[in-house]
Amino acid sequence: MKHILLTALTCIPLLAQADEVAQTITTQGSKQGATACMACHGADGGGNAAAGFPRLAGLNEAYIAHQLHDFQTGKRSNPIMQPIAKALTDNEIQLVAAHYAALPVPTITPAGGDLALLRKGETIATKGDWNHEIPACFQCHGANGLGIEASFPAITGQSATYISNQIAAWKSGTRANDPVGLMKSVANKLSADQVKAVSAFLANQPLTNGSKK
Amino acid sequence: MKNTIAISIALAMFAMSGMTAAASKTTATAPTAAPVFTPPNEDSIPNDEFGKIVRQGKNIFEDTQHYAKQYVGNGMNCVNCHLGAGSKSDSSPLWGAYIRYPAYRAKNNKVNTYEERIQGCFKFSMNGKAPAVDSPEMVALVTYSYWMATGAPVGAKLKGAGYPELAKPAITPDTIRGKTVYTESCQICHGANGEGKKVDGKSVFPPLWGSEAFNWGAGMHRINTAAGFIKANMPLSKGNTLTDQQAWDVATYVMSHERPQDPRFKGDVAQTKKDYHDENCKYGETVDGKVLGAAH
Repeated sequence: MKHILLTALTCIPLLAQADEVAQTITTQGSKQGATACMACHGADGGGNAAAGFPRLAGLNEAYIAHQLHDFQTGKRSNPIMQPIAKALTDNEIQLVAAHYAALPVPTITPAGGDLALLRKGETIATKGDWNHEIPACFQCHGANGLGIEASFPAITGQSATYISNQIAAWKSGTRANDPVGLMKSVANKLSADQVKAVSAFLANQPLTNGSKK
Repeated sequence: MKNTIAISIALAMFAMSGMTAAASKTTATAPTAAPVFTPPNEDSIPNDEFGKIVRQGKNIFEDTQHYAKQYVGNGMNCVNCHLGAGSKSDSSPLWGAYIRYPAYRAKNNKVNTYEERIQGCFKFSMNGKAPAVDSPEMVALVTYSYWMATGAPVGAKLKGAGYPELAKPAITPDTIRGKTVYTESCQICHGANGEGKKVDGKSVFPPLWGSEAFNWGAGMHRINTAAGFIKANMPLSKGNTLTDQQAWDVATYVMSHERPQDPRFKGDVAQTKKDYHDENCKYGETVDGKVLGAAH
């Protein structure tokens, strides 16, 4: 009993402190010069669709941490994120990842658009294109693209710009941190039309506030 | 000279009757390569009573756990071995199988109907029990298969039917090398213990061994069959990237683990091995000090 009390008493301030550190980094930046995350990823972690900055809120914690480490090493190359990630310590990465993973997914209301395009995108996301050995996105990224653990991130609730940028990055090799080279393989097979269609479809999936994976 | 005669005869026949000419033409251009077949697009499933059953068959095929749960005894779905909802070539597509039945099978030493073949899938690959030939599930699966084979020539061995046969590798397949391949290329989806992955109780990546996988009677437990499947289809979207040797090694590793008992087992592993298992399988062999098939 004593131990439990002691642990509880010591943990609460630690946890509070940890979140404070994460809060500071995300809202004001880090001491070593990392820009405040919210400047691009939004106050609620929902990202910036027009600029193609991804949603972080509600993403898998280990996935976020992994991406920041890969920005540091250059396995995921990006002129904006690399210097920011390099300015973060391992501990700060962990805190920021935990912070965003715990945030509720912001509500996303489908914007609609070209129905034929969305339908084509839906086919790729839910059925794939086996004539070209393209599996359905949801086969690995889970039902409705909500993600499966650390290796297969949520792909719904991300903007069309972000999704197509990532597919382009895998194709060109600027993003080379996919396990078993799975996304590189898929990206290489997707046609430009298919990328456009599937990005539009994924960005158009409704997410309820608080749904989290 | 021979050709000239043949052509003359053909021309003469052509002159005699269009039908005869067409027949002789077929003989003259008899293909040596397996014919290529493209299954119909899902959009072409008709919106009528027939189409309803086709779709029902597709649902069962993709989510067997849900739509045919009373016949399933493990964590598998039809689509785990037959990719692309049963349409992908080199993944034992339904269009390749449907037109090859009834067929004699050494497995049970008789001519099997297509329904009996599907019953075998449920008994072995699904480690469950066979749906009756006139059950709604069977009718739907046969209807879906028939629809997928629309336009395919009855009895033909089509290109991409079944799983590709992989020539024996240069070096005897080995579980140690196989484990390395598994860790690097398979584990991310199928798990460190071959358990696959479930999310919210629903299988997302199929189990490869253990109590939730196909049993010791399923075709896929045969190392040669698995090697062919793996080579052509795994890792998903990266078919034909592993070497033949890697495919054999990793198949040997996967099939050297325990799985549900062969339903034909009658109390004696050695006898079951003798009756139903050959050199392409590890059933009844000792791996890590345990006899595979004996732990049931």
